[in-house]
Amino acid sequence: MTPRTETPPATFTPGRTRPSARGFLGWVMAPQRRGPLLIAPAIATLVVVNIFPLMWSYGLSFFHYNAKRIAVPPHWRGFGNYVDLLSDSDVWGRFQNTAVIVIGSVAVQLVVGFLLALLFSREFPLRRYLLMLVLAPMMLSLSAVGVFFKLFYEPTLGFIPRLVQEFTGQPFVILDTPVKANVAIICADAWMWSPFVMLLVLAGLVSVPKYLYEAAEIDRASAWRRFRTITFPYIRSLLLLALLFRTIETFKIFDVPYVLTEGGPGTSTETISVYLFRVAFNYFQTGRASALGYIVLFGVIVLTSLYLYAIQVRRETEGPSR
Amino acid sequence: MSSREVRSIGVAGWGRTLGAAVISLIYFFPVLFIILAAFKTRADVLAWPIKFVFTPTLSNFVSVFFRVAVEGGQAEATGFGLYFFNSLFIGGSSVLLALIIGTSAAYGFSRFPLRGNDTYLFMILTTRMMPPIIAIIPIFVLFNIFGLSGTYVGIIALYTAFNLPFSIWMVKSFFDDLDRDIEDAARMDGSSEWRVFRKVCLPQIYAGLAATFVFAIILTWNEFVFALLLTGTQTRTVPVQIVRAIGGAMGADWGLLSALETLFIIPVVLVTFALQNQLLRGVTFGTIRR
Repeated sequence: MTPRTETPPATFTPGRTRPSARGFLGWVMAPQRRGPLLIAPAIATLVVVNIFPLMWSYGLSFFHYNAKRIAVPPHWRGFGNYVDLLSDSDVWGRFQNTAVIVIGSVAVQLVVGFLLALLFSREFPLRRYLLMLVLAPMMLSLSAVGVFFKLFYEPTLGFIPRLVQEFTGQPFVILDTPVKANVAIICADAWMWSPFVMLLVLAGLVSVPKYLYEAAEIDRASAWRRFRTITFPYIRSLLLLALLFRTIETFKIFDVPYVLTEGGPGTSTETISVYLFRVAFNYFQTGRASALGYIVLFGVIVLTSLYLYAIQVRRETEGPSR
Repeated sequence: MSSREVRSIGVAGWGRTLGAAVISLIYFFPVLFIILAAFKTRADVLAWPIKFVFTPTLSNFVSVFFRVAVEGGQAEATGFGLYFFNSLFIGGSSVLLALIIGTSAAYGFSRFPLRGNDTYLFMILTTRMMPPIIAIIPIFVLFNIFGLSGTYVGIIALYTAFNLPFSIWMVKSFFDDLDRDIEDAARMDGSSEWRVFRKVCLPQIYAGLAATFVFAIILTWNEFVFALLLTGTQTRTVPVQIVRAIGGAMGADWGLLSALETLFIIPVVLVTFALQNQLLRGVTFGTIRR
């Protein structure tokens, strides 16, 4: 894993010795500039299409500005947008909605993903094909899944309300109360992403060396003890990674609520991303939206750092082999 | 790594297969329901209890592309031919660009680390982890100023940048996995750095490059927010039009919607199967290998 910090010395390459080019080209092509040269196109692309717009919106976050009226010059507000946002109970409400969905969905994903991983942790006939069926939801389009569940939840013709009606005899409307609408979103999101957790846990489960179990068998360790002392240490770090990764991703959830509930009923399922979208592209309060974007970005950067830190710890404690 | 004997993965029999089959089918049911509905007639789609045995029809697939607007009138193209073409064309070209630029950068990060290498990599990862909505506000403004909104150039440039962090991390993880001794041997034998890259390193990761390509294509094929805001009537991609369709006249026709969804997701499901061994690396950005 440790990257080599130096290229082999020049004496290493006795073969085709090109006459060293002079001038600017020679300067650019020098061996010590190989790294920067290879990376330059990528950095340039990211600066133009990513970093520069980000800087732009950082600037905009201090202004009152409307993207629909480009002719009207931005009006300086200082930290006004940030102060407004952080003291706005609407914004905190959207953060709360997001938190509810994140906590609910990630918890379900961890449990379901873990159980699915246990199911697939043995080799059995047709395993590869059945695994595909379970993994497929993860690769689908978020917006397509939103459309799916919109059909399933449809009050009179969707199969879930009809199924419930079979048992209760009462018509069942799913998206009419805040609680049920949140549960509906959590179900759709967790259905889609539990396979992700399964995949990570499965990687841990199959990496446990066999001799540990054989030794445990000789020692007549109980099943629970085997799990706690052998299996769990191998999947602990992967579970943590799954938790962090899914938290980051679910924190940004946009497509599913946007398509499925459009934030309703009321604003009960309007997540921070959906709210951000509305502020930016329905009300066109571009300055305010940029400021809110930066508040969200700050949260994502903190979570991403934690994620990378967890990966680093995992590499150091469990060796470079994986 | 590959020797199964040291792994703890035990062997279970057909009993486990049966259990897993039941659970997998329940898990897969939402997708199955859509695929079945795509082949049903209008009456069968709405029948209760759900029909699993029925006479299949392809009429839904036909009406995805051609529809009779007025009773007895001429069939008109719905535009989905164009939208599917757009999805493929925009996805294919942006991923190809991202892969070329990304492979170069990945090789640089892997073999010629700079001072502050990890900082660059962290920044690159952050640009992908951040909510797309943040980047899209200024991009929306800039696109409007430069007249790029609704053009192929604009959306392809955007998706190239969108796929770049993923490509770099993914390809870097493949380069990192290679055995350096082979390269050093090639250098000993007098290969230039270009030959080492082109003839030694690159051929070893062809499969990895293919996996990265397919993964990035899926990500782009599925992408919704950028496409929603920055494509016009001529460059619109399939996910945007699907979401628009539920609001419109097509929304009432469940068989049609299902056929549309089926056409949209079947390629992804099939490709997922081909990618199974690289899936872990792909969904975690190359940060975890198998």
